[in-house]
Amino acid sequence: MTQTTSFPLHDIATAPDTATAPRRAWRPGLLPWLAGPAWCCAAFVTWFWPDADDFPATDSLAIACAIIGIVLVPVALLPRFSAKAPWMIALALGLAAWEGVQAKLLLLPRPFFGTPQDLLDVFVTDWRKLGDSLLHSLGLLAVGYITGAVLGVVIGVGLGRSARFRYWVQPIIRLVGPLPPVALLPLAFVIIPSSWAASEALMTLASAFPVIVLTWSGISAVDPAYYDVARTMGARDRFLVLRVALPAAAPQIFVGLFMGLGMSFAMLVVAEMLGVKSGLGFYMQWAQGWAAYPNMYAALVVMSLMCTGLITILFRIRDRILGWQKDGLKW
Amino acid sequence: MVNATTPALGILLDDVSHGYDIGGRFTPVLENVNLNIAPGEFIALLGPSGCGKSTLLRLVAGLETPRAGRMLADSAPITGPGPDRIVMFQDPTLYPWRTVRANVALSQDISGRVDRAAVDAAITMVGLQGFENAWPHQLSGGMAQRAALARALVNNPRLLILDEPLGKLDSLTRLTMQTELLRLWQDRGFTVIMVTHDVEEALLLATRVITFSARPASVVSDITIDLPYHRHRDDPHLLALRRDILVQLGHSADW
Repeated sequence: MTQTTSFPLHDIATAPDTATAPRRAWRPGLLPWLAGPAWCCAAFVTWFWPDADDFPATDSLAIACAIIGIVLVPVALLPRFSAKAPWMIALALGLAAWEGVQAKLLLLPRPFFGTPQDLLDVFVTDWRKLGDSLLHSLGLLAVGYITGAVLGVVIGVGLGRSARFRYWVQPIIRLVGPLPPVALLPLAFVIIPSSWAASEALMTLASAFPVIVLTWSGISAVDPAYYDVARTMGARDRFLVLRVALPAAAPQIFVGLFMGLGMSFAMLVVAEMLGVKSGLGFYMQWAQGWAAYPNMYAALVVMSLMCTGLITILFRIRDRILGWQKDGLKW
Repeated sequence: MVNATTPALGILLDDVSHGYDIGGRFTPVLENVNLNIAPGEFIALLGPSGCGKSTLLRLVAGLETPRAGRMLADSAPITGPGPDRIVMFQDPTLYPWRTVRANVALSQDISGRVDRAAVDAAITMVGLQGFENAWPHQLSGGMAQRAALARALVNNPRLLILDEPLGKLDSLTRLTMQTELLRLWQDRGFTVIMVTHDVEEALLLATRVITFSARPASVVSDITIDLPYHRHRDDPHLLALRRDILVQLGHSADW
């Protein structure tokens, strides 16, 4: 793959992507050097401006900001940092503004709107329970999503390749698939004895449907000539499915896997809020019940990081497998 | 390694007929086609567009079974595709998810007999060395068709079935590829059955030119071109043949 760039490529237009490059050359100039001072400024605001109320962890927050600010000063020497510098400055200014508006001036109604130090305090004092919830959520999600994904690909291939399979399975998919899995939740908790198994079943259902439909459509769209080429060389069904149909349909299958992952996130949170007595959804539900809004925000942050992390992993896998594509979305 | 030790394949078509059900109605495509192709011949098939030449190739390749008639490859009935009869289509149909090398190695992946040296030799043979790790979308049309040729030849097929393989190439690339095809056929001695729309191409390359009628196709003429290679496209004998064939294909004599 690395070798290809040195070839006199036929399609020159695809090589350097001038269209997406910024029109004016980015002038790193002073900006990287402002990131450190911006964070120190946030630390200064936090430390010296007295809090409007008795908030926890104000000192820790100020120290954390100061450490970030000091670390960012030598980091400014790294050429790679110059592209990230504006974001780092914006983050520091945003934090300082939030700190000023809520912790120092209390402009927004409490307790719905927390302060940065409230949030930090939750992470410092309750990280064990948050981490435990994260692990439970990941475990619940992994079983349901992976089962749904595998099942979805298998059923999608069956629908795309076998007329008899299609005859029997397609009506079921058409009937059950479009139903939001959440609608089955009350039923599932009644007929399936354990709430864990019920949630896994629904998450499997939720993630399988988009994977089924997109795998099916990808397999149906495979150029028949691809099969002919392999068949004239003596390929049997196994090769045609695993080495021709699946790779040819892979771009579509990954769209399905991506959508299925989103569906399973939604199902995960609902299941944890309504039935399963663990996980981030449960933690949020519990925090809300106790009006512990900072805990809820912290759980939201963890959940968002979990979701974006998993999507990133999926896209990394996709980029590896679909490296042959001329162009693809970059997550 | 690439060598010419595999003997070429002879093909016999005995009263072969075939057709398709289109919109619930049977449409005959081939009618009582009789052909005897000796091992090592270079056969060019000409005929009006859509007459059923490609169907004939699919039958010989074993991708489809004829409705009637007998088809033999070296006196053994053709019952399905086989690695000794390789088809090359009008489009290169390289797998976009495989590099050039992996595409050329396709038949070896299918058979499970991996021979890297043969793959490299086939790539060199078609002049694609240095592009082994390129993706198909990085190749020009001519290069892609060369890769398809290497893929077809890597395991020494005994019969090369060509369905307008040069049809979509620009005219200069086409001339180069014609010469190379000829060279490979002369070096390796396999049998070639090629469908083409280009009468001149047929006359320059083939040992026998067979013309078909409009659908349902049947053999109209079977001309043996008994001229040495390299043939020159301005050879008066070829020009006369060209005129005859164009008349058979329905063009007036003064065309």
